[in-house]
Amino acid sequence: MAEMTLVQAIGDALRVEMRDDPDVLVLGEDVARVGGVFRVTSGLLDEFGEDRVLDTPLNEGGIIGTAIGMALYGLRPVAEIQFADFIYPGFDQLVSEASKYRYRSGGEYHVPMVVRAPYGGGIKGGQYHSQSPEALFIHTAGLKVVCPSNPYDAKGLLASAIRDDDPVLFFEPKRVYRAMKMDVPGERYTVPLSQAKVVRAGTDVTCVAWGAMLFEAAAAAEKCAAERVSVELIDPRTLWPLDLDTLLESVEKTGRLVVVHEAPRTCGFGAELVALLSERAFLHLEAPPRRVTGFDTPFPYTHENEYLPLEHRITPALLETARY
Amino acid sequence: MANGGDVAVSTEALQAHYRMMQTIRRFEEEAARAYAQGKIGGFLHLYIGQEAIAVGAAAALRPDDYVFQTYRDHGTALALGMPADAAMAELFGKDTGCSRGMGGSMHLFDVERNFYGGWGIVGGHVALAAGAAFKARYQREDRVTVCFFGEGATNIGGFHEAMSLAGLWKLPIVFVCENNQYAMGTPMERTTAIRDLTLKAQGYGMQGDRFEGSDVTRVYEHLCAAVDRARGGEGPTFIEIETYRFRGHSMSDPAKYRSQEEVDEHKKRDPVAITRAQLIDAGVSEDALDDVDAEVDELIDAAIAHADEAPPAKQQVMLDSVYVTTYPEAG
Repeated sequence: MAEMTLVQAIGDALRVEMRDDPDVLVLGEDVARVGGVFRVTSGLLDEFGEDRVLDTPLNEGGIIGTAIGMALYGLRPVAEIQFADFIYPGFDQLVSEASKYRYRSGGEYHVPMVVRAPYGGGIKGGQYHSQSPEALFIHTAGLKVVCPSNPYDAKGLLASAIRDDDPVLFFEPKRVYRAMKMDVPGERYTVPLSQAKVVRAGTDVTCVAWGAMLFEAAAAAEKCAAERVSVELIDPRTLWPLDLDTLLESVEKTGRLVVVHEAPRTCGFGAELVALLSERAFLHLEAPPRRVTGFDTPFPYTHENEYLPLEHRITPALLETARY
Repeated sequence: MANGGDVAVSTEALQAHYRMMQTIRRFEEEAARAYAQGKIGGFLHLYIGQEAIAVGAAAALRPDDYVFQTYRDHGTALALGMPADAAMAELFGKDTGCSRGMGGSMHLFDVERNFYGGWGIVGGHVALAAGAAFKARYQREDRVTVCFFGEGATNIGGFHEAMSLAGLWKLPIVFVCENNQYAMGTPMERTTAIRDLTLKAQGYGMQGDRFEGSDVTRVYEHLCAAVDRARGGEGPTFIEIETYRFRGHSMSDPAKYRSQEEVDEHKKRDPVAITRAQLIDAGVSEDALDDVDAEVDELIDAAIAHADEAPPAKQQVMLDSVYVTTYPEAG
């Protein structure tokens, strides 16, 4: 057991998976010599060499497309996209090729590939270094979308993602990258995909949050406790395919739902969660479900702390929903 | 097929090529008829006029080499050995189709023959082919990847990104541009600043080759050289093959953007007719070739009958083929 940051835990997951399976390799811009823009892949080149840790040109479509081709017959490539905002040049490869390969071949081919990308705000990155594009990919049948919130989950979820036979998008909250440390086992372990975690048990209102916003939601839950409102906080960890059962059980218990995410509100994943849970728990609901999200604007450079659904915006939503 | 290296073409080999080209031609003529009858939905892009390329290229490959093709894929699938029944049933959207009716005309797949499709997005598959080539080298396999695309794809970003990586990593791959002169309905001079597309290969440190593609033996010889280079670790080759499709872009395209005179001029270089003439010159009798034609007709009639009678594609396959692992209540 060692104390690790999120960056270290993800790098450690890559290291142990590469040691275990020679078919796992890493590619992306600056990932080899530099160790990646956030240094997640630091040290991998020294241990595994040029054949398995590949610097690429600046061409996201090429990186993702080549990774798909590698994956078709047995390799397990892990591609790094420097920022989730840079994934759009490779969007066609993900949406048209990776997601549909198995389906179009009548189940003959599959794509065991992981695309890692730091996402989200919190570093004053402005429009093109801060976005949360998860809903675009959840909307695409055939892709899996994972979003860890902490180092332990990140290492175990990345291990599961690498071993999964479907294409997985692994969104890493860069705001958390070096913001916390926690005990992480040095050996291999997995955290299963599609298994949500109840982070804080409660009885009055269910709050669903993931990635960096989980910590804001936890802070809000703490404030609510002082107001004698008991919040049940759930981290889905895998956004799709979703562990709906855990969420449903909670909402049936509390009758109240608040979803938090950084992405803009309209057609964000919160809309789908509210729809899914309303459809299934309609008669249990005691209050209108609420969303606390980013605004329907480009991600701002100057108003980052207003745009993000931080604790000061989550707490009132939780209290109002609980007291509705 | 499977030769790879020995470029001397015997009369027997040429006869086999003729049979396959005629199979592709007749397969597509009957597919067009079935399309007109409403048995095939959506889009149907015919390869008629380009058959020498698929057949010559397939002959230069070994069975375990990897092949990627565009949506104009019937010829390549058949040349690689896909049974006509499985291909036709796929066009008809039937459960016995090569992709169980999930793909259709544009998305033929065949794991057994290492045929990776069948791609509906222009240029989208080129990087995938580079990845497959990388995989073969990474796992020390003696396999070459061949990736086909049209001249229209050479203006798309995906093409350049893939060429960039393949050149950089000197991958065992052959890029084959089937230049049939029209990107859908627009001639190349209206879309591309150069005439010689192999100039684009130079920018990626790649060997280029360029020739006219109506003679199956010529295609075979040039492909053998490129495949040998790839197999020998000498890196990728970009081949531009000048060709012409005799039909429109798809069945719904009347091809009014070109004159009948132009089409007729190109039909003088019909690859099937050229091969037939070569065989007759080599002493094969008209009767023997007519027998081949009759056998091919029977094969295609049987494929149509099979596709007609096969059970329809299953809804459960649609639901089950999206993910390898699925989760209840997830979607």
